[in-house]
Amino acid sequence: MEQLLKLLEQNAKLTDKQLSAILEIPEEEVAAQIAAYEKDHVILGYNALINWEKIDSTDCTAIIELKVQPKRDRGYEEIAEEIMRFDEVETVWLMSSSSYDLSVVVRGHNFRNISMFVAKRLATLDSVTSTATHFVLKRYKERHISVIEPEKDERRLSYLD
Amino acid sequence: MIDYSSALSEKAVGIKPSGIRKFFDLAAEMDDVISLSIGEPDFKTPWHIREAGIDSLKKGRTWYTANAGLMELREETTKYLKRKFNIEYDPKKEIFITVGGSEAIDLAIRALIEPGDDMLLPIPSFVCYEPICRLAGGNVITIETKQEDDFRLTAEQLRAAITPKTKLLVLPFPNNPTGGVMRREHLEEIADVLRNTNIMVLSDEIYAELTYGKERHVSFAEIDGMWERTIVVNGFSKAYAMTGWRLGYAAGPAPIISQMLKIHQYAIMSSPTTSQYAAVAAMRDCDEEILEMKNQYDIRRKFLVEAFNRIGLDCFTPEGAFYVFPCIKSTGLSSEEFCEKLLKSKKVAVIPGNAFGSSGEGYVRVSYSYSLDHLMEAVKRIEEFIKEIKEG
Repeated sequence: MEQLLKLLEQNAKLTDKQLSAILEIPEEEVAAQIAAYEKDHVILGYNALINWEKIDSTDCTAIIELKVQPKRDRGYEEIAEEIMRFDEVETVWLMSSSSYDLSVVVRGHNFRNISMFVAKRLATLDSVTSTATHFVLKRYKERHISVIEPEKDERRLSYLD
Repeated sequence: MIDYSSALSEKAVGIKPSGIRKFFDLAAEMDDVISLSIGEPDFKTPWHIREAGIDSLKKGRTWYTANAGLMELREETTKYLKRKFNIEYDPKKEIFITVGGSEAIDLAIRALIEPGDDMLLPIPSFVCYEPICRLAGGNVITIETKQEDDFRLTAEQLRAAITPKTKLLVLPFPNNPTGGVMRREHLEEIADVLRNTNIMVLSDEIYAELTYGKERHVSFAEIDGMWERTIVVNGFSKAYAMTGWRLGYAAGPAPIISQMLKIHQYAIMSSPTTSQYAAVAAMRDCDEEILEMKNQYDIRRKFLVEAFNRIGLDCFTPEGAFYVFPCIKSTGLSSEEFCEKLLKSKKVAVIPGNAFGSSGEGYVRVSYSYSLDHLMEAVKRIEEFIKEIKEG
């Protein structure tokens, strides 16, 4: 059933009927398997991948490296969970790095917006000992999909092939 | 003033231009067309292969190779044929490298066909065999494969088509445009018909790697007793996404291959050197890459068969190549009318089935050498088109 996950990762708009045809299993089985994956938190959700810069030219993204003081009994869990509650935060990863602990991706309407969020909301958290903010200048590829305009199909029309 | 009509060879002038040229001109002029018409892979040549080509250029390997092609490539190709299809050839005498599979087809027909000879050709099929045979002065006897036979050539059809002058049978499987394949049992039946004849076989296996389902492609040369009468044509274009490199090969018995090679020496000299170095890397290291491409084609194939049947166009499940061949008879339109109307009203380009022989009438060729997203959009538009036709 790994193939089902790969197909959905490639294109979440495939219907159960289409998936059933591709995987050669009954449609009901596809539906049941997807429901099970959703219940087990294997499939976490279905998001459209949006190029926000096309809608709002000042929209920007930053990766913030956080050094934190882990808690004696809960390690990094408590601070990670605290950070993930902010709407501005897209991702939170615990890293195996010697220079920082948590990598946090934040999206905002503009540079200032993100800077203020880091300064006022993240840097002030008790466990956070330092922050380093890296702004994204240009996005080329996101989750296997090209963000830049697709290449023109240069193959020519002919039936002689 | 030169009178060009008398300057030109009658044979060349006598080759009929395609009747559906108009459709292609129309499609080529339109902007923003969603095309499902192209018969070459959408994948780029795997990077490792491109790198081998670049490396050969850096090293200054820019001379001709041996007429038959680099020995290293011939050796790798014979190993590949043994590994994949269990057929054996001597790299010194029984194989040579051509400019695409097309050149190998041309040479095989020219080496065998004399004026007055008959060549048997299952249709619908790729469009090159007939004009090449006519240029050699041969006659073409077409055999119409049927959807009810899964577009296979049957033993009965073959038996009925053989004439005293039959010199050559073309076996274009996996087939462009139908996607039909000949499994081992079907080839055995064909072999039984040919066994006591002097008929040679040109087995165009360019889509061999793109055979879907549990069973691998079976080469006609692997069938008992058929090696000695079979010229296997294959190449790098489809399986390795190397169309632009123009590289293929012909393998067969030495007495035939040596004569084909002679024509190749005079007409071509040798195949492109850079491409040959790249192809060595393809044969040696890229089994995994071609499997991944095949898996992607397979997903699209199943997607399209389901889609066409769902929207009311009866679609045979092809087992090879990268085309589906849905029947459009239920719309009441001819293949060309269907394609022209679809192009004008929905800006989707598919190829009329009759481009591949008269028996392709009532069908259209749809290529799935496109991304799934592209195919989904195209299917949506075709569905609207069918709905509009049915609502009148």
